[in-house]
Amino acid sequence: MITGTPKPIGEILEMVEPYDKIIVAGCHGCVTVCRVGGEKEVQVLASTIRLAREAGGRKIEIKEVSLERQCDPEYVELMRPYVEDYQAVLSIACGAGIQFLAEKFTVTPLLPGINTGFLGVTERQGEWAERCQGCGDCVLHLTGGICPVTRCAKSLFHGPCGGSVQGVCEVDKDIKCGWQLIIDRLKALDQMDNYGKLKPYKGWSSARDGGPRRILREDMI
Amino acid sequence: MKSESNLKRVLDAGHISVTAECGPPRGADPEIVRKKAAFVAGNVDACNVTDNQTAVVRMSSLAGCMLIKELGIDPLIQMVVRDRNRIALQSDLLGASALGVRNLLCLSGDHQKFGDDPQAKNVFDIDSMQLIHMAKTMRDEGVFPSGDKLDGALQFYIGCAVNPFADPYEIRVPRLKLKVEAGADFVQTQCIYNMEKFKTYIEDAKKEGLLDKVKILAGVTPLKSAGMAKFMRRMVAGMDIPDEVVKRIGDEPKEKQAAKGIEMCIEQIQELKEMEGIAGIHVMAIEWEEKLEEIIGGAGLLPRPVIE
Repeated sequence: MITGTPKPIGEILEMVEPYDKIIVAGCHGCVTVCRVGGEKEVQVLASTIRLAREAGGRKIEIKEVSLERQCDPEYVELMRPYVEDYQAVLSIACGAGIQFLAEKFTVTPLLPGINTGFLGVTERQGEWAERCQGCGDCVLHLTGGICPVTRCAKSLFHGPCGGSVQGVCEVDKDIKCGWQLIIDRLKALDQMDNYGKLKPYKGWSSARDGGPRRILREDMI
Repeated sequence: MKSESNLKRVLDAGHISVTAECGPPRGADPEIVRKKAAFVAGNVDACNVTDNQTAVVRMSSLAGCMLIKELGIDPLIQMVVRDRNRIALQSDLLGASALGVRNLLCLSGDHQKFGDDPQAKNVFDIDSMQLIHMAKTMRDEGVFPSGDKLDGALQFYIGCAVNPFADPYEIRVPRLKLKVEAGADFVQTQCIYNMEKFKTYIEDAKKEGLLDKVKILAGVTPLKSAGMAKFMRRMVAGMDIPDEVVKRIGDEPKEKQAAKGIEMCIEQIQELKEMEGIAGIHVMAIEWEEKLEEIIGGAGLLPRPVIE
């Protein structure tokens, strides 16, 4: 899923400061699963803003909305009938959702209520961790199902570097050395042969470096 | 392979080589480099010039190389893949070769987290293994990775670094093997303090047939004090300093610890230079260049051979 973290409330209050009538828009997708932008978070955030504004002596009207997905036009269009009645939309979906609203509702300012994080997994209740950078050229079959681009702090293709100590990355004691994980897994799979080969330079054009990406499926259009 | 590297000539003639390193200054004053280089000149066959080590901004390695070359030292340019993509790497390889730098050390580079710009974007377009391969291709085949022909091939003696003491150990020799296959002519090791573990590493490298394929230059760093040993052990990932080493220098009174550190370093070099498979010694006297002559001379490695 796409993960995120809430922006500090002070920053949000500053963003909404110019407005007296806004929409707080959540999303039922990834941000609901990682508990940062779903229906419940919309309620909590809207209440917090209302209380803060009331305390400051300047009330704000807030409409609370949660779309099925902010990244799909069919759901985004459901906001069209009323969106122009409001001065701004504070979205707590991921960056893609926020931008999609901005694209669709061209005269309404869009405000980000969360900082979008990464493509990751729920390691346990309340803890998410990155797994994929969406580089567009997957090599997981060669690396024991563990991504060197994402899991190695240096994205090395022939790790680990000299800073790997007892399975821990030198960058942070809470980061596992991705290459230690890869080697452990290759050994378990009896695929250490994969380690001993020089890999070609990675093509980054399929990643963000090639410019904004697009997938076109002729069979679906 | 075409290279006018003095280091290569010394090694090819069968001598135990000596290299040292000069860390460029945090400023644009060339005199600082010249002062350090004066301690190095005459005591080594080539001198590494570090490339923003520990991700702390310093004068560029290439500029440092040119400054020490003016003083008659064979420069060894260190190049990390942390700060340059493949375009910049190729360009800097061409530039360094054109300016007469004949030794190259291909490195990943310390993560930017450790430096003074932890918010910097890192690059890691290719890794150090692939940089070795790139330099070799541009030297031996005279072509860019793109396949286009170079107007004048590179002339580097190509090196890499290894840390025999990092984890997991079992990958350390296979990784050296990969670097040799990628094109490394020589390898400089991380500072060695744990001689037993290092001997095991060399034995394992021998089993893989690597001792004949790559010149191994054993890395040493003289300890200034027991405090320095403890600090390095605690702060530098993959630094293996056994308790007995710390104890030996720590048993001396504080004012005699530096002399003891030099004595221990000399002993270590004498042992290393007799070891099978050790082609040279790489003395990293960190901010202690003035002691190089004492250490290298004390180990019986002076004067340095002159090979035409």
